[in-house]
Amino acid sequence: MDMKKLIKTAGPIALLFLLLFVLEKTLPTTSMLFVVLKKGAIYALVAVSMNLLNGFTGLFSLGQAGFMLIGAYTYGILTIPLEAREAVYQYFDGGIVSFTVPVLVAIAAAGLVTAVFAYLIGLPVLRLKSDYLAIATLGFAEIIRAVFQWDKLGPVTNGSNLLKRFPVFTSTLFPFAVAGVCIAVIVLLINSSYGRAFKAIRDDEIAAEAMGINLAKHKQMSFTISSFFAGIGGALLAMYQTTVQAAAFRATMTYEILLIVVIGGIGSVTGSCLASFLFIACSEWWLRFLDEVTYIGAFQVPLLSSGFRKVVFSVIVMIIVLFYSRGIMGTKEFSLDALFRFFKKRFGKTKKEDVAG
Amino acid sequence: MGFLETNLPYIMAGVSVGGQYALIAIGYTMVYGILRLINFAHGDIFMAAGFMMVYLSASLPLYLSIPLVIILTVLLGFLIERSAYAPLRKAPRMSIMISAIGVSYLIQNCAWYITSGLAKQYPAIPWISESVTVFSSTTKMVTVITPVLTFMLVAALVLLIKHTKFGMAMRAVSKDFETSQLMGIKINSVISTTFIIGSFLAAVGSLLFFSNYMTVTPTAGSMPGLKAFVAAVFGGIGSIPGAVLGAFIIGICENIIKGLGLTTFSDAFTFALLIIILIAKPTGLFGEKSTDKV
Repeated sequence: MDMKKLIKTAGPIALLFLLLFVLEKTLPTTSMLFVVLKKGAIYALVAVSMNLLNGFTGLFSLGQAGFMLIGAYTYGILTIPLEAREAVYQYFDGGIVSFTVPVLVAIAAAGLVTAVFAYLIGLPVLRLKSDYLAIATLGFAEIIRAVFQWDKLGPVTNGSNLLKRFPVFTSTLFPFAVAGVCIAVIVLLINSSYGRAFKAIRDDEIAAEAMGINLAKHKQMSFTISSFFAGIGGALLAMYQTTVQAAAFRATMTYEILLIVVIGGIGSVTGSCLASFLFIACSEWWLRFLDEVTYIGAFQVPLLSSGFRKVVFSVIVMIIVLFYSRGIMGTKEFSLDALFRFFKKRFGKTKKEDVAG
Repeated sequence: MGFLETNLPYIMAGVSVGGQYALIAIGYTMVYGILRLINFAHGDIFMAAGFMMVYLSASLPLYLSIPLVIILTVLLGFLIERSAYAPLRKAPRMSIMISAIGVSYLIQNCAWYITSGLAKQYPAIPWISESVTVFSSTTKMVTVITPVLTFMLVAALVLLIKHTKFGMAMRAVSKDFETSQLMGIKINSVISTTFIIGSFLAAVGSLLFFSNYMTVTPTAGSMPGLKAFVAAVFGGIGSIPGAVLGAFIIGICENIIKGLGLTTFSDAFTFALLIIILIAKPTGLFGEKSTDKV
């Protein structure tokens, strides 16, 4: 039975990677598909980490962009090659960090450093409830952004200048592998006894406490772990963008991730993953045509110009928020079994209708 | 005296910015008092008012465009409440907050589309954009007008809330939603009016704020919006005098920090203040203490 389960989970994942590999060999590397896949995988990881906090523990935190910033900077600082440092830190005499670490170590370090920061921030902040927590974490994200741009820290963070020339990935397989492993760990965590404690806290804090769950400890744990993965997501984003600048990690980024979580369904891991690919595909690829001035014959299609894509997109998001507040998946998880059953039901029905007709 | 002389320009700028924050903060605090909702879109309404002024004043004379800006902003606030918050009245609080974030995202993207993301020059309004000399330091007239106008509007608002029938309804709704409904108060009209008053003050605040800063960008509303919210929390959310006091404290501190040459931290300071107040006294300076019932 266990073997069967293992094949059922490992099989589709292996197939997915094989498909990605084949796609990379066949399609031109400039294809928009790869942009969507790479960025989508990174956002999926960050969205799932936010979902762990907002959807499974019921802590409404808006600090994700700040934690991604810490991850991205840690990665950049630790991996810029020594010979490039002089050029990157041109205003700060080559910086004071004079060593580099391998990429995977740096990614893990990005997560760990973020987790340490999150632990310290969590100590005071997690005593707050609902919207106060949201504002306080949003505030900390802004403070982090300001501190990283501070001139006095320039030898480490390069002030408000770009960090660049660190090693990046070219293959789509890399972000998929890293994000996949991280999401798998999060899923295992959610299904463990800790995960059940998180859900108990989400559903009713007082009842959870009465059942012997240590609220402070579990909230702190969820917050730190979520930030750990947000930090890794930040490191991957740095690799994807090839440059890092603190100014880019605004509250808007957190809002986008939150909207992804909402579209996917608060409390559904697979929902968050699906939604992030959809979100990125819509905003980077499928709705692109709305941004270009288009002519049908001599007739200029009205409204189409730069930025219209985002307007249409945010209207769609609002419609989802207002009328489909459960998102794509609600709190359910996507599974192939359920998909097969769904199609079976559909086909079964149509057959019956055929007979009746 | 030396300290005061060197810092007077900063303190004056602080009082002026504080007044503008106060006008925005009232919108936050009133909405929170009634709906228990952080209206993330409020800062963007403020920004939208700025853009309306830019576009309207290009074709209309000022005595028409200023009232029109105020009317349109009020209409915008009203429409947002009706379309994005009213349908979710029975939904969990988190969904309304997410809806507010969605509206904020929508307004910013619309502004980006209309302006192509470029910063626009705010029109100079005669008289309030003129220079004036106070205690041997030169500043704009708007710096002097703002605190005066703020106090007048706040006084009027407090009178409205304390002494009219409508104000009484408002206070009742903020105390207990359901009971006041049972007492025959039309909740929807009270909530709409709250948004209308909030948007009106945001429009006035935007006239003053952008006359001072001269440029409007699609993201111009988010930072003042967040700061005004911090001011509202600082003063005790739901309390109007608290919000005004908080706004002035934040405005003045922020400008003194700028004066000390730590401009990077002027925004961070606001949030540090927020976190300190939330931990030390979560109900704010004048907030009411709430008890959780099991």
